[in-house]
Amino acid sequence: MMTRETAFNIVIALLLLAAPIAANYAGETFYVTLATRIAILSLAAVGLNIALGLGGLVSFGHAAFFGVGGYAAGILASHAFAGTPLIFGLPGTQQMPVIWIVAVLFGGFAAFLIGLITLRTAGVYFIMITLAFAQMIFYFAISWPAYGGEDGLPIYVRNQFPGLNTLNPLSYFLLCYALLGLALLLFRLLADSRFGAALQATRQNDVRVASVGIPPYRVRLIAFTISGMFTALAGALFADLNRFVSPSMLSWQMSGELIVLIILGGVGRLFGPVVGAALYVLLEFWLGGITERWQFFLGLILLGVVLFARGGVIGLVAGRARHG
Amino acid sequence: MTLALFLEQLLNGLQFGVMLFLMAAGLTLIFGVMGLINLAHGSLYMVGAFACAVVAAWTGSFWLGLVASMAAAAAAGAIIELAVIRRLYARDHLDQVLATFALILIMSEGTRWLFGSVPLYLDIPPLLQGTVPLPGGSRYQLYRLAIIGVGVAVAVGLYLLISKTRLGMRIRAGENDREMIAALGVDVATLYTLVFALGAALAGLAGAMVGAIQSVQVGMGEPVLILAFVVIVIGGIGSIRGALIGAVLVGVTDTMGRFLLPQMLTLFLPPSQAALIGGAVASMLIYLLMAVVLAVRPRGLFPAQA
Repeated sequence: MMTRETAFNIVIALLLLAAPIAANYAGETFYVTLATRIAILSLAAVGLNIALGLGGLVSFGHAAFFGVGGYAAGILASHAFAGTPLIFGLPGTQQMPVIWIVAVLFGGFAAFLIGLITLRTAGVYFIMITLAFAQMIFYFAISWPAYGGEDGLPIYVRNQFPGLNTLNPLSYFLLCYALLGLALLLFRLLADSRFGAALQATRQNDVRVASVGIPPYRVRLIAFTISGMFTALAGALFADLNRFVSPSMLSWQMSGELIVLIILGGVGRLFGPVVGAALYVLLEFWLGGITERWQFFLGLILLGVVLFARGGVIGLVAGRARHG
Repeated sequence: MTLALFLEQLLNGLQFGVMLFLMAAGLTLIFGVMGLINLAHGSLYMVGAFACAVVAAWTGSFWLGLVASMAAAAAAGAIIELAVIRRLYARDHLDQVLATFALILIMSEGTRWLFGSVPLYLDIPPLLQGTVPLPGGSRYQLYRLAIIGVGVAVAVGLYLLISKTRLGMRIRAGENDREMIAALGVDVATLYTLVFALGAALAGLAGAMVGAIQSVQVGMGEPVLILAFVVIVIGGIGSIRGALIGAVLVGVTDTMGRFLLPQMLTLFLPPSQAALIGGAVASMLIYLLMAVVLAVRPRGLFPAQA
């Protein structure tokens, strides 16, 4: 039997697909771009949801991986555009599949290195240290002028995907939507796997996990690395959406936003990031249309959600999670 | 490189560190006593700076502005604590992060609403405008020395407050066992509001003093907040002594790194590259310092009793 949550998820998935297609045929390509933004931020937050939702690791530094993915796309594209070799005589590329692989590898590598140090700590230390490492990369990006420094790096022509015109907003949306779908599938498989069970167990009780012979540190490090890979892929897509990469992708506000997306939707829920991202982007758009002071009201709404709507929107719709 | 220049940079580092201490002391106190992670601490710093700039412009007195900065930040802190923060003590850190993140949005945009986006300017008071001679022949800004003095005075004051007074005794007791002091008849809710307002007042003081060197604008608090996090992580969360030592370490490392690294690299590299790489590495130096400290001591240099 289908649970209320599953039914709700299917409705959300169909809505996110149908709305931009309808908007496209109505000639409103702006809304297609808005939906693409939702899909990409969802993907980034699905990544964070592995660490935060399943593993209970409150990373306040996921903007680092988002930015690494973005810069991977920007740097590869800029070398391909200028015709200059990247490193060791290797050329840049404008092929999205290659860019994605590079972004995922570097995102994973960065997450592994940061995880190696930060996962030695827990609780509030972990929150602050992940934040500090993201800041470190942020300041590096600002002070390193080779790739634009503070001004950021433009991508003059959106990168290409074989057999698809990525300049068409709907095609690019569908590409991002497909990747989001794939990521959600992988998240589901991961959560239901033996590894996922171990990861969720480390969140609930560290000592018991260790006592049955599973090293919690290693489980967390693997999860954190995978989490960084997902978020880096989203970063590469985000760079191509905006055709621009800047240090703001690495900023602490970005890390905060990713956490907000998950909490708005519902922590640890499969579709939590998607619902959260949709709500956040639409709120931003709607409030931004009404008042210049939209951040003020967004803050009030967020505060209301934390104080009075625990479990996020999915929690409100589908009831409490199976286990707290 | 002359001795005078070196000394000047060292003092700059010390002044920066002292300012970080004022921020970090409040953060670490609030975390130690209430177990709360407060991202909005940077907003209280901003409130202090704005209050000082506005009152100083209005009355013409920096000193009244300084008093106003502490009063305004303490009042803002108390209001926030009563309205929002006290609902969060029993929650997990995730909820605290999100709620205080929302508070940043509200306070930043609210301040922009009231005062606009144009930075305000705050002058150094006439009494402190001069310079003093340094050994080696150069001169140093008196105002920056005064900031160092205020920082030292606050450190001593906090030490006395916590170790010698009744309030301090209650704060220490609250860190150890809140149920027990509540059972002994201490009004824990009021104690928490007081501690929060005290931390806020220190942040406001820091904001006001720095406002006279830099400009007073929305968003000034967050970079300082993140550095204060680094400080308390290095020092050990919950420890005021750790905050002091961590703050000086971070302030001096950052300032001296930016000053010395590019110069040292010129020994191996052409000047333009040395400046480039030195600058980039220097901006990451305190985070590297933090990583090293944590690799050796995961709970900071002076871990507070759990």
